[in-house]
This record gives sequence, C-alpha cells and structure tokens, in this order.
Amino acid sequence: MGPDLEPSDQPALAYEQVSRRYGGVSALDAVSLTVAPGSFVALVGKSGSGKSSLLRLPNRLDTPDEGRVLVAGQDVAHVDPIRLRRGIGYVFQNIGLFPHMSVAENIGIVPRIDDRPAVDVTAALERVGLTPDLANRLPAQLSGGQQQRVGIARALAAEAKLLLMDEPFGALDPVTRDTLGRTVRKLHDDLGLTTILVTHDMAEALLLADRILVMSQGRIVADAGPSDMLAGRAGPEADALVAIPREQARRLHELAP
Amino acid sequence: MHGWGRPSKQLAGFAPPGTTPNPSSEEQGLVKEAFSQLPPLIGSHVLLASAAMGLALLIGLPLGLLSARRPRLAAVAVGFAGLVQTIPGLALLALFYPLLLAISALIGGGVPALGFLPALLALTLYALLPILRNVIAGLQGIDPAVLQAANAVGMTPRQRLRLVEAPLAAPVAMAGIRTAAVWTIGTATLATTVGYPTLGNPIFAGLQIERWDLVLAGCVAAAGLALVTDFLLGLIERGIGRRNRRLTIVGSALLALGLVAAGLPALRPTERTITVGAKNFSEQYILSRLIGARLERAGYHVAYREGLGSAVAFRALASGDIDVYVEYSGTLWAGAMARSDTPSRAAMLEGIARWMATGPKTVLIGPLGFENAYALAVRPGSGFSSIADLASRAPKLTLGADLEFLDRPEWHAIRDAYDLRFAATRAYSPTFMYRALRSGQADVISAFSSDGRIAADHLIVLADPKQAVPHYDAILLASPTHANDARFLAALRPLVNRISVEDMRSANYSVDRDAAKTTPATAARWLDKRVRSRTEPSP
Repeated sequence: MGPDLEPSDQPALAYEQVSRRYGGVSALDAVSLTVAPGSFVALVGKSGSGKSSLLRLPNRLDTPDEGRVLVAGQDVAHVDPIRLRRGIGYVFQNIGLFPHMSVAENIGIVPRIDDRPAVDVTAALERVGLTPDLANRLPAQLSGGQQQRVGIARALAAEAKLLLMDEPFGALDPVTRDTLGRTVRKLHDDLGLTTILVTHDMAEALLLADRILVMSQGRIVADAGPSDMLAGRAGPEADALVAIPREQARRLHELAP
Repeated sequence: MHGWGRPSKQLAGFAPPGTTPNPSSEEQGLVKEAFSQLPPLIGSHVLLASAAMGLALLIGLPLGLLSARRPRLAAVAVGFAGLVQTIPGLALLALFYPLLLAISALIGGGVPALGFLPALLALTLYALLPILRNVIAGLQGIDPAVLQAANAVGMTPRQRLRLVEAPLAAPVAMAGIRTAAVWTIGTATLATTVGYPTLGNPIFAGLQIERWDLVLAGCVAAAGLALVTDFLLGLIERGIGRRNRRLTIVGSALLALGLVAAGLPALRPTERTITVGAKNFSEQYILSRLIGARLERAGYHVAYREGLGSAVAFRALASGDIDVYVEYSGTLWAGAMARSDTPSRAAMLEGIARWMATGPKTVLIGPLGFENAYALAVRPGSGFSSIADLASRAPKLTLGADLEFLDRPEWHAIRDAYDLRFAATRAYSPTFMYRALRSGQADVISAFSSDGRIAADHLIVLADPKQAVPHYDAILLASPTHANDARFLAALRPLVNRISVEDMRSANYSVDRDAAKTTPATAARWLDKRVRSRTEPSP
C-alpha cells in the first residue's frame, strides 16, 4: 500500500516552500500549506493562478522545482510514484474515463493494475448515486454527470483517503453541479476523506468546503473558513471573489416577487 | 522450386504453334498444368507475404511506438518509409540483387541474392509505411486526458501501453495493417522476377506465351487472396473497435486457419523439379520426353535442358545440374574415362558401373537395349562393305561428319587403325549430313547406328573388322543425388532393356523425315507404348 493516510497527528498533506516554474513563468511561488486530516479544502482563483499546479504535486503528476510535498508526513519525492498514485484518488475536469472500458472496468482499474481483489462495482456505483445496471455501459453511453460520478467512483474504488479534484464539475450543467457537489460532500463525510477541490466558482467553494484558499499569481493570498470569507475577514482578493456570488444573490433577491 | 520457377525453359521444348501436328492439345495440356500449379503457388505466395508482414510488424510496431513520442524520430522513420514507397516495386526487388551480392561477398558468401530473401526484404520495406504511419497516428490520436488519467490511477508505462494505448490505437493501426497486407499480397507477385515462386508465375508466363487465361488466373488468385485477407483483418479491426471480443477471435482464427491451409502445401516436403538432360539430336529429344513422361506419371515435376554438348552433359549430371539423361557407353569410355581399349559390351558396362561408383558417384540405371554406335556409312552401290576397303580410296573421298565426330577419340581410333586420309572433311548438323551424302557433297558419313535414315536411305554401314570403335549402348544415367532414391529409380527401371534398335530407328525417323514430321513428344509417346507392350507379360 501507499503512504498511510489514516487520520493521525501528521497533516494529511503539507507543502513546504514549494515553487514551480514553467519556462521561466512562475506558477507556484514558495507556497507553504498544511492540510489537516479529514478537512475539505477548496482552492479558488482565476485561471493561471496556480491552483491546478498545486494539485498535481501530491501524486507526482508534476514535480516541484523547489521545496517539498509531504503526504501523511512522507516526502513524496522518496515514494514510488506508481504506488503513490494508486493510494490517492484523482478526479479531472475532463473526466478522463477510459473510453474502451466499461463502467465496471473503469471503476475496477486500480485494484486490477495493483493485483488486488476486484471491487464491488454495485456498491461503488450506489455510493456515487448511480444504478448498478450502468456497469456494462461504455462511458460514451452515459451523460456528462453520470460520467463524472463514475470518475469519482473510480478515484475512490481503491479506498483512497486523500481525494484530489481538479475542477470536477467544470463541464457540467448547474443542476448536475449542485447535486454532484452534495454527493461529494456526503462521501467526504461518510468515508472520512481529506479532500482538495480546485474550483473557480466561489459559491461552490463556500457551500462545500470547510476551508477556502484563494490563490493569485502562484501564491496563497487568502486562507479562511466560509463564514470568515463571507464576513470579509480574508483580505481584498477573497472579498473580490466573494463579492460576485453575493451580488448575484442580492439581484436574485430583488427579482423575486 | 516449382515448375513455374523457370517458365521459359519449361516452354522451350515446345514447338511454336502452327508447326506441330496438333499444337492445341499440347497447349491445353500446358494450361491444365498451369492451373494445377496454383495451389502450391498460393502456398508460397502466402508464405512470402505473411513473412514480410510479420517482419514489417516486428519493425513497424516498436518503431511506431517510439516515434509517437519522438517527433524527430517520427519524421525520419516516416520519411524513409515514404521514400521506399516511391521506388517502383520491381526496381526495389532488382536493387536487392546487387546489394545482397555485395553483402554476400563482404561476409565471404552464403547470402542468397535471389529467391526468398530479396523478396522478403523488399516486401517488408514496402509494408513498413502504412503500418508505421497508422501506428503513430493511432497513438497520437489518443485523448491526452485519457493518458493523464492512466498516469493518475498509477499505471506503469507498460500497463498504460497494454491497457490503454494499444487498445485505443488498435483500430487505426489495424487499418494500416490492412492496407499493408493488401499491398504486400499484390506486390508479392513481382517476387517471381527474382526467382521466388508466387502467383506472379502464371502472370509472367502467360505474358510470355500470350495466354491471357494464365494471366487472368494469376491475377484472380492474387486479388482473391488480398480480398479474403482484407475481409478477415477487417473483422478483427471491427472486433477491436467495437470491443467485440468474439468478432476479433473469429477473425483471428479464420486468418490463422487460412495461413495454415495456404502454408501446408508449401511446408510439405515438395518435390523439386527433375531436370532431364538431352544432347542436341532427335534421339536424345525423344528419349528425354520419354523419361520425362514416366517421371511425371510417377508424380514428379519435370523440366528439360536440351541441346547439351556431349562432354557438358555428363559434367552437368555429375554436378547435379541435370538429374537424368541418356548417354552412350562408348562416349563415356573414350571420353570421361579416357580408355582406348574396346572391350565387350558386358565388360564395358561393368567397367562403367565400377568407375562411376568410385569416381563421379553418378548412377548407371541400366542399358536401354539398343546401340547408337558411331559408324561410317556410304551410299548404296558405292562398292564398300568394310572400313578396311576405304583406306586406299580415301584420299579421293570427302568425309561428312557431325559437328563432334572429328574431335572425338572414336574418329581418331578409326583413322589410326585403318590409316584413313580423306581428301576433305566437312562437319554438318546431322540432318544436313545425310543430305550431303545423298547429294554427293560427301562420300562417306559418320552415321549413327540407331538412325532411322540408315534404313530409309538404304545406306551401307561399313564393318569394323579391327574393332576400332567401342560399343555405344544407350545407357540411362542419374545424378549422384538419386543414388538411393528408390522411388525415382523405380520410375525409370522399366525402360532398361526395353527399347529395340528398330523401335528407336522408327521413332527417330518420324522426327527426322522431311515430310509429316512428328514432334519429339509425340514420338516419345509412341515409343512409350512400345516399351509398355514389351514390359507387360505376354498372355
């Protein structure tokens, strides 16, 4: 198995002075961060603020130029990336299901490549709100929301305790976004996960997360809980982002008869 | 090699249409033979095409994999394969001949420059482009998100290749493999030109003798082969594309079955072609056809090499270039054995058998039963009955001889024994020699005792009281490879001691006479009947 990700006195995830540059452009600038086990953290920021870059480091899809990344206290640079990845759930915006594999095969891929017993596909489907009759369908035969539910089921099938989600609802319609967000929050609570959710939607972050990080130009410029964020105690960048949903809510309220 | 490997030689023995008594029946036999050759040709065709495809896949798949991630390598590899594609197939095959010769010379020989190897290499290069191009396109066409997901779930590079990249690139790659297979099967017909038997054999042979049905047979067979292969590869392609494992398995199984079925006749130990030799006169042509017909009845493929010089024939036999021919005991005795004595028939045959066993290892199957001795003959009424009578009158006479006689030890023996000094000696081809005697241009000729024209022209064969000329029993000889070939020897032994000199003269005359000539093949058939009537026990 990969690193022990059970809740402990160790942070589930820690960044120490992490920098990453792409061709001279700084994507991450000496970021330090610790995430406590069991927390639901939202990373918010504009495109290019560095939030996705931050998410790609814990499972070594990318490597920092400087600094260390620790998962459950272990420096990931010293962990075999294959083992590391099989122990961390990862969900993409563009879903990334294997188009030639059935829903059941997609969900069971990590145990399969890891020579572990097959997963209970029915339970995995029901956990993400899908009916078991979808097991033999191909991804192309599912709706976008159903596909992303399969993507989440796949990420959790290997009993990962750390779930990294890179704008998982970005391509979905608002109704699906909302219900899928609730599903993820429930899974987080039920399974005792540590979840990092990258999103550019502050409302989503405020509704789902325990802790919201605002990123700008490769730095974390705000770090607060939802209520502090809404109360304007998280700094100007956070206020600017919070202002948008607040303004939308105000206008919706005015429109109401 | 199958009979079609040397179409020109095989056809050389047949007279051009119009001059033989019944050309159509002989040609029909030829066409029938051509169609009967198709199954083994399909087998060797499939063998070559599948070997080339196998080698091209062995090179193209890994090269395509490497190239898909290295744009510079991809440019070089596809560029090279594309360049090869611009070379006409025939030229590519032709270029491998000097190339392989040079390589063979460089490493001290042993590399065949003709046949399977150059054909395999040329076809492999030809098949490379579509395979390479489609493997690269198939791999590059995979959604990057899918590859990222494969990494994120913790696949090793090998797992990613096996579980994700290969199945996703397979439909596109299979389309390239299909194209390559169809090209290879078509282009393989050209391998005929470098001496490998394919369905190109009837096509090229048909072009040579203007038999369009042969050309069509080769084309239809090759096209059919390509269509069936394309269909089966298409099944596999659809099976992979639709994730229909049963379709893939059915396609693969049928393809494998077809390969085995087509390959079986090629893998079965094939009869190599038996080459029957003949010297350059009618009796030899007739006997070679007689021998050939018997071997064909015994199931052999037969080719003929005719018009051999006397000395060349035995050397060709000893080296295995020809498998069987009819020699004359005296020719061997005085020639290859360099003996100057003239023992009895039996002693000479025994001596020849002993000499062969210790020396050239060729096989004396046995005497045919007649002699074709060198003799001197004169016109009726010239007053001579013996060579001894000639000696005093020779300085006023002209000797007409066949093209070899004056250089032969027999002539030297006769000349020295009887002290013959002719006024002039002239060499003719046998037919013209008899005409020269008839017309008076020659007074004495070197006749052959089995020659039908001796009886027809009422010639006087001069006696040899000093026994200067050895016996010339017609003897059937086989090359060393057939020393213990029971089946081969059994097919020819019935000829031993079955041909009388009268029958041979009749057969010879039917071919040599000026009017109503028959072909050597027809004469051989008549002679064969005579032989069989003698072989069967009388009631």
